[in-house]
Amino acid sequence: MTIGLGHYLTVASVLFTLGILGIFLNRKNVIVILMCVELMLLAVNINLVAFSIFEGNVVGQVFAMLVLTVAAAEAAIGLAILVVYFRIRGTIAVEDINAMKG
Amino acid sequence: MLLQALAFYVFAAVTVASGAMVVVSRNPVYSVLFLILAFFNAAALFVLIGAEFIAMILVIVYVGAVAVLFLFVVMMLDINLVELREGFLKYLPVGAMIGVVLFAEILLGLGVLGAGSATMTALNKQGAQVLAIDNTRAIGRVLYTQYFYLFQVAGIVLLVAMIGAIVLTLRTRPGVRRQKVGDQINRTKEEAMTVVKVPTRGGV
Repeated sequence: MTIGLGHYLTVASVLFTLGILGIFLNRKNVIVILMCVELMLLAVNINLVAFSIFEGNVVGQVFAMLVLTVAAAEAAIGLAILVVYFRIRGTIAVEDINAMKG
Repeated sequence: MLLQALAFYVFAAVTVASGAMVVVSRNPVYSVLFLILAFFNAAALFVLIGAEFIAMILVIVYVGAVAVLFLFVVMMLDINLVELREGFLKYLPVGAMIGVVLFAEILLGLGVLGAGSATMTALNKQGAQVLAIDNTRAIGRVLYTQYFYLFQVAGIVLLVAMIGAIVLTLRTRPGVRRQKVGDQINRTKEEAMTVVKVPTRGGV
C-alpha cells in the first residue's frame, strides 16, 4: 500500500494525455487550448518533482521552478495576443485564425 | 502509511477528474475554475511527496496569478459559448484515438521502465528520500549558487514577458484627454492670465 514513483508517474501521464486530448477536442476555443497546455506543463512538473524526490536530488525541483516561470510567461504572452486578436477580429475561433496563410 | 496512501488516491483522483472537466466543460469559466482545483490538488500531491516549496509556488504563481489571469480574459472577452462548442463531437473519435494510443504508449514505457530498468526498480524500492535539511533550504542552497545564472535567466524571461504583454495590449485611443505635465510646467504668467483695468462704474 506504499505509494511509489510509479503512482506519481501514472497521474502525470493521465494529466498529460488529458491535455493533448483537450487540444484535439476544443478546436474552436483558444482559451481552453491554452489551459490544456498549462495542464500538460503541470504533468511535466509532477514528473520532475517525483523523480527529484525519489532520487534524493533537489535539482529536479529547481528545474520544475524554471518550467513554472516559462509557463507563467507563456500564459501572459498568449493571453495578451488573444486579447489583441479579439479586439481586431471579434472572434477567438481557431479555424478563423488564418490571416497569415499564403 | 495507509492514511498517506488514501490521501494520495483522493488528491490524484480529484486532480485527474478536474483535468477532465477542464477539457469537457461547456463554459470556459467553469474550465478555469476546474483548472484552479486541479492546481490545488497537484499542490497537495507535492506536499504529500515532500516538495513543499514547489507546492507553495504552484499555489501562489498558478492559482494566484495565471488562473486569475485566465479568468479575467475569459470574462473580458464577450464570446459566443454555443458557437465555441461546435465541432466537439466531430473531433471526438480522432482525439480519443490519439489520446488512447498516446496513453497506452506512455503506460507501456512506464511498464518497461518499471520491469526492466534497474534505476526505476531501485528508486521504487528505496522510496521517497528524506533530505537532511528542509526542502526550501535545500533548493535555496543550489538555486543561488550553482544555478544562479539560470535564476537570472528566469528573471529575464519574466521581464520580457511582462514588457511583451504590455506592448501587445497597449493602445492609444484618439480623443482621450490626458494631462500634459510639460505644458503645465512651461506655462508662464504672461500667457496664463491678463490683467484688466476695470474702470469704476463701467464694468468690463
